[in-house]
Amino acid sequence: MDAVAIAQLLQGLVPGCGAEPVAAGDQPTVTVSPEHIAVVAAALRDHPDLRFTLPIDIVGVDLLPREPRFEVNYHLVSPDRPQPIRLRVKVWLPGAAPHLPTVSAVWPACNFLEREVWDLLGVVFDGHPDPRRLLTPEDWEGHPLRKDYPVQIKLPVKTESPIQLTPEQFRANIEHDRHGRGGAGA
Amino acid sequence: MADELDDLPVLTTTVDKVAQWARRSSIWPVTFGLACCAIEMMSTGASRYDLARFGAEVFRASPRQADLMIVAGRLSRKMAPVLRRIYDQMPEPKWVISMGACASAGGVFDNYAIVQGVDQVVPVDVFVPGCPPRPEALLYGIVQLQRKIDRQKAFRG
Repeated sequence: MDAVAIAQLLQGLVPGCGAEPVAAGDQPTVTVSPEHIAVVAAALRDHPDLRFTLPIDIVGVDLLPREPRFEVNYHLVSPDRPQPIRLRVKVWLPGAAPHLPTVSAVWPACNFLEREVWDLLGVVFDGHPDPRRLLTPEDWEGHPLRKDYPVQIKLPVKTESPIQLTPEQFRANIEHDRHGRGGAGA
Repeated sequence: MADELDDLPVLTTTVDKVAQWARRSSIWPVTFGLACCAIEMMSTGASRYDLARFGAEVFRASPRQADLMIVAGRLSRKMAPVLRRIYDQMPEPKWVISMGACASAGGVFDNYAIVQGVDQVVPVDVFVPGCPPRPEALLYGIVQLQRKIDRQKAFRG
């Protein structure tokens, strides 16, 4: 199944998604419009001819000074067939306030991947269940993998980070842990 | 007095000297490997280079039982509070060896994510250069630290 066939199938499944094949040497690649990515993801996972049940990676790219500036690539695998196939779904986003719907409801594994892309590139995933930073400290400012982020920041090193912010939050965390684990031994 | 002691099986010294000897002869490091320097640190502790010759082979997994922190590798800004907390948890007296170019000055990682020298976070006693330093270099650093301990007053005030 090549990129042209997948793009045609997607256009039939999700009208208006703008699925187009993209020339790529390594694997089939299609581009879709950002606002349809969640619907397209569900179709890619559930359609019997596609069955892309395995999201390998989400890669954000900053293409400054090009516009649209950001690119988000979803690397997918359809493993449940004699010859597994790969697919790259490409989404282009504008430089000003880039955002697109989350696919973490379709593939739960994308939760951390989307957090990483947001952390490092500042691409907002609307509806993400846990939109926190992943790699940088929680109080970090800016998104380091953007091309206009400085290589070296002349800031003093923070040597303290509170484990809990307030006693109330500490107690709430303990309680949450106790009830969350539940069952024997809790 | 001295003449009388000459005939007795007695050795006189100072409390300082005894304490210095005890401290420098059993510098227990806390396990704090951060990157590839830790591989060299493990090699230093293993049989070929045998850190036990200098009494410093007991790598402790708890900072409460350690005298020395060997910062082996590049320290990220996110890791800096952890390093500081472990240092604060070590009982006095305590020493720090900054092992390798990254820990000492950032090394090749001249970027936003890496602390450009762990002396911004903890006080460093000995800097060991190298990328990574060979076990001999780390051994030399530990011997230098022993010399430094020998010169320190064991009791303040």
